[in-house]
Amino acid sequence: MLRLDDMTGINDFVVRFANVNGTGSASANTLFGKSIFRMGVPVSAKNIFPSNIQGLPTWYEVRVSEKGYLGRKDGIDLMVSVNPQSLKKDIESVKSGGYLIFDSTKSLPESHWRADIHFLGIPLMEICDREFSDPRQKQLLKNIMYVGALAKLLDIRLEVIEVLLSEQFKGKEKLVSLNMKALQLGSDYVEQNFNFPLPFRVEKRDLVKDAIMIDGNAATGLGAVYGGASVVSWYPITPSTSVISSFEKYAHKFRKDPVTGKNNFSIVQSEDELSAIGMAIGANWNGARAFTATSGPGLSLMNEFLGLAYYSEIPVVLVDVQRAGPSTGMPTRTQQSDLLMAAYASHGDTKHVFLIPSTPTECFEMMADCFDIAEQIQSPVLMLTDLDLGMNEHMTAPFKWNPDRKYNRGKVLSAEQLEEYKNWGRYQDDDGDGIPYRTLPGTHPSKGAYFTRGSSHDEKAAYSEDSPTYVRIMDRLVKKIKTATKMLPKPLCYNCEEKSDIGLIYFGTSNYAAEEAIDELKATGKNVNAMRLRGFPFVEEVAEFVDNHEVVYVVEQNRDAQMRTLLINELEVNPKKLKKVLNYDGTPITAHMIIDQIV
Amino acid sequence: MSYIKPKFIHPRSPKNKLGYSRQYYEGSLSTLCAGCGHDSISAAIVDACYEMAIEPHKVAKLSGIGCSSKTPAYFLNNSHGFNSVHGRMPSVATGANLANRDLIYLGVSGDGDSASIGFGQFAHAVRRNLNMTYIVMNNGCYGLTKGQDSATADHGSISKGGIPNTFEGIDMCALAIQLGATYVAQSFSGDKTQLVPLIKAAINHKGFSFINVMSPCVTFNNNAGSTKSYDYVREHNEALSSIDFVPVKEEITLEYEGEDLVELHDGTFLKLNKLNQNWDPKDKLSIISALQIAHDKNEILTGLLYIDNDSVELNELINTTEKPLNTLTEAELCPGVDVLEKLNQSLR
Repeated sequence: MLRLDDMTGINDFVVRFANVNGTGSASANTLFGKSIFRMGVPVSAKNIFPSNIQGLPTWYEVRVSEKGYLGRKDGIDLMVSVNPQSLKKDIESVKSGGYLIFDSTKSLPESHWRADIHFLGIPLMEICDREFSDPRQKQLLKNIMYVGALAKLLDIRLEVIEVLLSEQFKGKEKLVSLNMKALQLGSDYVEQNFNFPLPFRVEKRDLVKDAIMIDGNAATGLGAVYGGASVVSWYPITPSTSVISSFEKYAHKFRKDPVTGKNNFSIVQSEDELSAIGMAIGANWNGARAFTATSGPGLSLMNEFLGLAYYSEIPVVLVDVQRAGPSTGMPTRTQQSDLLMAAYASHGDTKHVFLIPSTPTECFEMMADCFDIAEQIQSPVLMLTDLDLGMNEHMTAPFKWNPDRKYNRGKVLSAEQLEEYKNWGRYQDDDGDGIPYRTLPGTHPSKGAYFTRGSSHDEKAAYSEDSPTYVRIMDRLVKKIKTATKMLPKPLCYNCEEKSDIGLIYFGTSNYAAEEAIDELKATGKNVNAMRLRGFPFVEEVAEFVDNHEVVYVVEQNRDAQMRTLLINELEVNPKKLKKVLNYDGTPITAHMIIDQIV
Repeated sequence: MSYIKPKFIHPRSPKNKLGYSRQYYEGSLSTLCAGCGHDSISAAIVDACYEMAIEPHKVAKLSGIGCSSKTPAYFLNNSHGFNSVHGRMPSVATGANLANRDLIYLGVSGDGDSASIGFGQFAHAVRRNLNMTYIVMNNGCYGLTKGQDSATADHGSISKGGIPNTFEGIDMCALAIQLGATYVAQSFSGDKTQLVPLIKAAINHKGFSFINVMSPCVTFNNNAGSTKSYDYVREHNEALSSIDFVPVKEEITLEYEGEDLVELHDGTFLKLNKLNQNWDPKDKLSIISALQIAHDKNEILTGLLYIDNDSVELNELINTTEKPLNTLTEAELCPGVDVLEKLNQSLR
């Protein structure tokens, strides 16, 4: 069958960089990716890095796609290998007919040679030693030099990179010219020694439009600022830490009291994840919007508190940037494997609402929405992203905010409302939607005080072990979560114009690969209707979609097909109808991984 | 046991400055064992709040899990209460305090809740100097699960089962001082005269106020050989100081002259009568050594042990705005559309 990689190489190829972590390669590699973006060509970049600070192999993969496919793609067209540790493996990973750029200061061992790829040796270290004096600069500029070489080989204009450099080193002209010199040296070496440009290369386009480039965690942090979070408690854990750094950065910029200069927010780094969620719950109980961000191991620790928040009906927002588990697992690799834990976190009967963004734009929007939903339903709301979305920069639609938007603070009684409220009870279902009215401490001198507890209670919040009362409250919670479902973002259909017997369900970062797979299948005559899930519990449309197709493939990035389990459990569909499409090796799923499991 | 408490307040019962009677500060009827030390502490909290004329709705009372953590239901019925999860009250209190720094936070915990399962949370609330009063009702045993030794049970103390405790007991006061608590006191549930002013001063202190109250468990740890029984604590109680809380400056009259007066941050005073000259309540080193000496002599030092009047509490430490965060509106919280458009531009 026809593979996309057989098509023209203009704006359609994959470059992989093999570096040693802690050597400053990230900024050079980002510069390369951004320069293609600036030339109007869709690009996606992924860091594949170890759980380590310095000295171990790290890779950076850039996919250039005229068609705008931003998922990871199998097959490497061009490898830039400047890490002797991984060199042999790196050479083996290049596609037949592909290219390898390596540092030829030292000659390549005989055993590494391959007849079916092109070797482009550049004496990077030798040139650096000759041209630059400072040892740290040598290391950093060596990286910039290969970017210069790539620019020549791939037809990327040096002027574009120069603009990026001057933006990056604003006001430090010396650094700009130093970097430009390195860039030029790389470019010149290619000009004098190789044929250029390569058969695959970059051509200027206008395909990027108004898109922006940002990672999901940064967008999530910004979404929390816009969503009105004022208390943040957290414990450091990869890959969620940068959610908090982002919140902190934007809050310091946009959330200072104009008169006193003091913070209209507070951030506390807690002693552990138990405490992080405890603080967020305490703050929400007291009427501030508060959240915490974590990853799988942290979510495990937060289970007990999530049960408390569910049962005592306290809003709280929790971001889980998923990584490969179980236990410590692969902390720097991606997975979608916390779904079951998120859905039913804590002992006893519970069910939690979660939202699943696919892009940084959705991270921003959904994060702000999480606060509105949590306060309306007075229960935990989780946002499940993953390492791929959280820590990699993605080309994404610009952020939008409705200027008329008002935060929905839910059913919180003011002193005046308490005066008028006849027979108020904290856990009464007065509106028939399962959602009671709450009060905040300090509101009214004699009305509205109640006792919040994780032990069983009646409608007036009094301790009770009366069985019918217990059952009444537990049943109301079911009703409440049903109400919550209506507030969730709707699933989106893809390629549903023409009805097919085959359905495909996906969510989160599988989005990129899934849409590419569907397009590719369609090009070969196989029509597949698809639905992207964006929240849990499932809305009506999901059940209809499953009903309307004879077979439904469920694409997910975990071993046990957890979303499929949730679909079976929640919608009570015939398990035979739902087929697993999985990738759980810690790397982002690709279109071909999906196609191979469907065909 | 009756579960109904009369709500009737006699019209001629005395009232405080706010016009509330003492009864207005009470809670539901206690379900603890008759004679439990914890009930005396609840009563002392009621007295302190009544006498200080605190508005009950401006108090948030929080607890973890255990016998002691049940007590917030037995005082201050007109305050919001939060009975959280075992050992995790400090984090809930921290979050609540960050959300609204204007309320009074009163945390009640036990020795299991604070010295074992919640040891970490306790330690970190102390070192952040969270502005709250934290009372540990310390009976050296797990009451709700029927009398197991807790981490504060003294080495060699004999439990009801007749077995001496194998391990060292944790001295919560010494620990709190080491961790940076800015107000540390120790008392005995049976000594209301000492306990009530200690609670008042604790509530008034800005920062982490810790009171460790020996509170014998009548059911599981009141036997001969236990170092946390009523008899033992009475016999070994060594008062370091007697204390009086003077709510406003004007009330300082000639009668206090010559006494050791400790000025608090808001101009109120503590009148401290030092019964023991071998320590200084502002000197950490002297109180740590006094505690160690007392420990070796099987004495329990009570009274105000340590105070730091220059205490800077958490919200000040992290430069949070004075306005309670839970009162901020969209205008103050949301940066708006123009800022977002500029941000978009910078990401292209």
